[in-house]
Amino acid sequence: MLRLFPLLLFCVMSFNASAAVSETQEPSALSSLVEQLPTTKLNKMAPLIENIAATSAPQVRDILEPLIEGDLYYLKSNKQVVSVQKNEQNKYELIDVLTTESLPAVKKSAIKKVRTNNRLRGQIRVLLANLDLMSVEEGVRLDALNQLLENPNQIGINLVTKLVKTEKEDDVRELMSVILLINQLQTGANEEKLAAAKQLSERLEPTVKNALVKQLDLLPKQDDTAELRKALVKSIDNIEQSASVYGLVENLFFGLSLGSVLLLAAIGLAITFGVMGVINMAHGEMMMLGAYTTYVIQQLFPNLIEYSLLMAVPAAFLVSGFVGVLIERGVIRFLKGRPLETLLATFGISLILQQLVRSVFSPLNRQVEAPQWMSGSLEINPMLSLTYNRLYIILFALAVFFTLLMILKKSSLGLHVRAVSQNRDMARALSVKSSWVDAITFGLGSGIAGVAGVALSQLTNVGPNLGQAYIIDSFLVVVFGGVGNLWGTLVAAMTMGTFNKFLEPSMGPVLANIIVLVGLVLFIQKRPKGLFPQKGRSAE
Amino acid sequence: MIVDKNGSPLSTVTSKAPDTKHGVILYVEDVSVSFDGFKALNDLNLYIGDGELRCLIGANGAGKTTLMDVITGKTRPDTGKVNFGQQIDLLQLDESEIARAGIGRKFQKPTVFEALTVFENIELSLSGDKGIWTALFHKLSGEQKDKIDEVLATIGLTAEQNYPAGRLSHGQKQWLEIGMLLAAEPRLLLVDEPVAGMTAQETERTAELLTSLAGKHSVVVVEHDMAFVRSIARKVTVLHQGSVLAEGSMDEIQENKDVREVYLGEEQA
Amino acid sequence: MKNLLNSPFVKKMNSLHTVIAILFISTIYVTFCNLVFAEGSLLYVSDYTVSLLGKYLCYALLALAVDLVWGYCGILSLGHGAFFALGGYAMGMYLMRQIGDRGVYGNAELPDFMVFLNWTELPWYWAGSDNPLIMILLVFAGPGLLAYIFGSLAFRSRVSGVYLSIMTQAMTYALLLSFFRNEMGFGGNNGLTDFKEIFGFSLQSPDTKLALFVATAVMLAIGYAISHFIVNSKMGRVVTAIRDAEDRVRFVGYKPQHYKVWIFVVSAMLAGVAGALYVPQVGIINPGEFSPLNSIEIVIWVAIGGRGTLYGALVGAIVVSYAKTRFTAIMPEAWLFGLGGLFVLVTLLLPKGLAGLVFNLMDKIDPPAKESNAKAIINNKNTATENK
Repeated sequence: MLRLFPLLLFCVMSFNASAAVSETQEPSALSSLVEQLPTTKLNKMAPLIENIAATSAPQVRDILEPLIEGDLYYLKSNKQVVSVQKNEQNKYELIDVLTTESLPAVKKSAIKKVRTNNRLRGQIRVLLANLDLMSVEEGVRLDALNQLLENPNQIGINLVTKLVKTEKEDDVRELMSVILLINQLQTGANEEKLAAAKQLSERLEPTVKNALVKQLDLLPKQDDTAELRKALVKSIDNIEQSASVYGLVENLFFGLSLGSVLLLAAIGLAITFGVMGVINMAHGEMMMLGAYTTYVIQQLFPNLIEYSLLMAVPAAFLVSGFVGVLIERGVIRFLKGRPLETLLATFGISLILQQLVRSVFSPLNRQVEAPQWMSGSLEINPMLSLTYNRLYIILFALAVFFTLLMILKKSSLGLHVRAVSQNRDMARALSVKSSWVDAITFGLGSGIAGVAGVALSQLTNVGPNLGQAYIIDSFLVVVFGGVGNLWGTLVAAMTMGTFNKFLEPSMGPVLANIIVLVGLVLFIQKRPKGLFPQKGRSAE
Repeated sequence: MIVDKNGSPLSTVTSKAPDTKHGVILYVEDVSVSFDGFKALNDLNLYIGDGELRCLIGANGAGKTTLMDVITGKTRPDTGKVNFGQQIDLLQLDESEIARAGIGRKFQKPTVFEALTVFENIELSLSGDKGIWTALFHKLSGEQKDKIDEVLATIGLTAEQNYPAGRLSHGQKQWLEIGMLLAAEPRLLLVDEPVAGMTAQETERTAELLTSLAGKHSVVVVEHDMAFVRSIARKVTVLHQGSVLAEGSMDEIQENKDVREVYLGEEQA
Repeated sequence: MKNLLNSPFVKKMNSLHTVIAILFISTIYVTFCNLVFAEGSLLYVSDYTVSLLGKYLCYALLALAVDLVWGYCGILSLGHGAFFALGGYAMGMYLMRQIGDRGVYGNAELPDFMVFLNWTELPWYWAGSDNPLIMILLVFAGPGLLAYIFGSLAFRSRVSGVYLSIMTQAMTYALLLSFFRNEMGFGGNNGLTDFKEIFGFSLQSPDTKLALFVATAVMLAIGYAISHFIVNSKMGRVVTAIRDAEDRVRFVGYKPQHYKVWIFVVSAMLAGVAGALYVPQVGIINPGEFSPLNSIEIVIWVAIGGRGTLYGALVGAIVVSYAKTRFTAIMPEAWLFGLGGLFVLVTLLLPKGLAGLVFNLMDKIDPPAKESNAKAIINNKNTATENK
């Protein structure tokens, strides 16, 4: 079998070459090949499949893919080759692979599977991948090339050698040249290796580095290879340098995304605590309500998962905001000027809300689904890809932050809020309804917590304890940044997040969390007013 | 800071009296304080003589309270020097050390320990060791009881001595606070608006008390009530925008053109 | 308890002797009923009840510690559970070493969890943990040292009010995370458990349980006496003054930070003792004791009993713990609603707790005596500070 391989290769190459030259083959060629499928013995299947692939007909994929999955059958009656799918009545739906027509469903006994084995499946995968190399879609070609880079095979490399000459897209051609350079590095003469090593120094694909390292290990210790050795070492160094740079960037990204979560969690608190001076221990539960609102919306509109988050944002704002206003009217306003009592009472409220959720939804975590557009990642280069959900959280947190900033700076509500927070008596004397402003401000802060909850539902488990995990962190963020200073909150959240993520690789998440906590406690004891303190007599 | 076994600072400062052989007990030199760019004090210079009774006047925001804060250690100046007598650098001490060095302060808003009785308020203010272990095993000596009784008599609260201070009227609280100052036997008293909220009769008694204190103690009074200032003042200092505008007797001040313009002028208008 | 509260004797309850007498009588009563009456008898007090009461008394001591800092000094600590747990761990380490080779792995030197982690020798901080004297020292030094370090940092930089509360909460939260780690050497998630004996007495035996209950009652009495002495000394008055007007205290010449650190440390030690007595009675100590919720529950005991009155803390701890035992048995879900509701209602309607309510009722029952009553109370040095 092994001996046959080069021969086989030759076959494929010639077929592929012809495929590239003449766009369409006779359909009858494919159908005659397909007709042989039911009757060919396993050990003769390999060349047959090669031939089928070589036709490059549009149906090839529809034949080979079911073959891998074991869904390719033929009708016992007339040897017609079909792909099948079991339906609910335990019958089998058939599709003719040549014509793609649906045929009436049949019982299991009427059909028989086209046989394959693992070796064939492997072969088919390679063939399918190479098929992609010639696809008209640029993305498909790139994916196929990346796959080839990961799992190089001679057929593919030979094919690429040909294709690179006609490829028109720059980035595709570049990737092709990387594959060829690696091949050259592995199989070429010393001078070719040297050239390849030098050219590969800018590449970020992990395979490139592995290939270089492997070459370095294999290199015999001789004088005539000294130059190559030097080139290899230099290229590896170069690659490692960029790797560490991109590693830093990635850590920063993780840090910023964690910071954004903290920002979202803290920003509502920055309003209620920072601006109003009311400490709300139930703040975490406002987030929890937001997360559960997302869950409920997904339950109500199971067909609109893609839009569920967009609907949840205003809904969560209203739900949490409403609860916030209730809390303010019902409890907090009676405890004005007694911060410690407020702390205790709102803590009681947080217990009640947690138990409420436990009773209504169950103590178990609820599954909130992620819409399609939240999954996947933005690939910037082979060493750096940014996941969309983190990316969106960062953007979302900043959007919420600036919206809030605008509300406080530009709107009349903001003016009233600032007036009341700075001098309640004076504001009241100027006929600002301070009690109304308090309720609205508290509602605003709580509503934003709810919105944060929507974002959190995409990152963590949605359960009754969701809020508790964030309350201490968010308080520390607000205090760290300087109470009453929204920009301080932004800086503090991002600093804390980044710090955490940079500590994490060396000491694990728990210890990193502890160190950040202890560090913050020490910092606050050193500078009780935070990073950006308010000065002056009024701040006393 | 070195601390003795009682938790009190072992600095020599507290045990040493301020050196006043030049006749000056308080030196405030070139002091500036700014809050977020706003200059509350601006190169201010002030000297208080030993045993003197000085009145500080000035419009709101002139820096009177900030000056008090600087002297008592509540606010640290950006630049300048503050000395108690010749040798004690107040900028090196914290509030409690300054208090123990012999500077007492009465706040604008009367602050007494509301949960404690009048008697206990005075007791806590007595001069002497303020360390932890002393406090834990402290028993009042006969001498100290006499001192408390004397202070209670001076401020006229003997009958109310077992009332919680929180139950006192506003005027009585002002008096209690002054009593607490007296019990501490300070060399320098800083009194911020002592007669605010007092009846005419109480005001008169306060004036009497403050005048009688001068000589033995040095007293600095901040007050808005011009009649009151006139009734007690020998020397008046006018602050304006964080600096001294004028200094002199009440009559001189009233004649002063600058003062008329910025302060009295405003008040008459 | 209810009867006691409503009885006219309540007026005198604020004296040290009354509380100690009540404690003494009930301890004797429980001991007697446990030992003399047979199971099934109406007056029999079961071993289970004895342990439960012992637990309540530990809570009472813990509440006393919180009352000392919160009720008298105005420091709302949301992290006293940490001191309690540290005391508990100190005791737990000792009990762990008492197991000897009776553990699952039969290692005479190393506790089971260390064998499980493939450790070959005791970490340095376990050195001497089999010595009861060192254990007792640790019960005081562990919480005391943490309180001293935390307190001197916080109070020197004048962190106060809600800031301080949040930071104490962060402190206990950080400890919670730390003790969850196996690398800490305190048994990680599972904590320390499977204890066999204490000072050579089997922990399973009813007699040991009774003895522990009595020991707890004695420690509570001592703790109460110490607290009573502190709050009625000049120290107590300075501390109260700090609570009401810290700035003023400073301008009078005291250093509030020293006083605060001192009382914080004393309180932490009391909490540590409570934890140390608690562990042998419940048979386990794990990181859950560090959870912020635990610490905040202590605060609600004190709030309900009436902060600023020492006996209020005792009453609050026992009443709420008893309610919790009953409620969680009958309908577990309702308990958190109940606890949450208590927080809200007490802060809104009963700012002075049950003690305050009793005083108000007394004033209403006996209005003409009000003025003289108040004076009498104030004149009575014992009550002067408890009566606020």
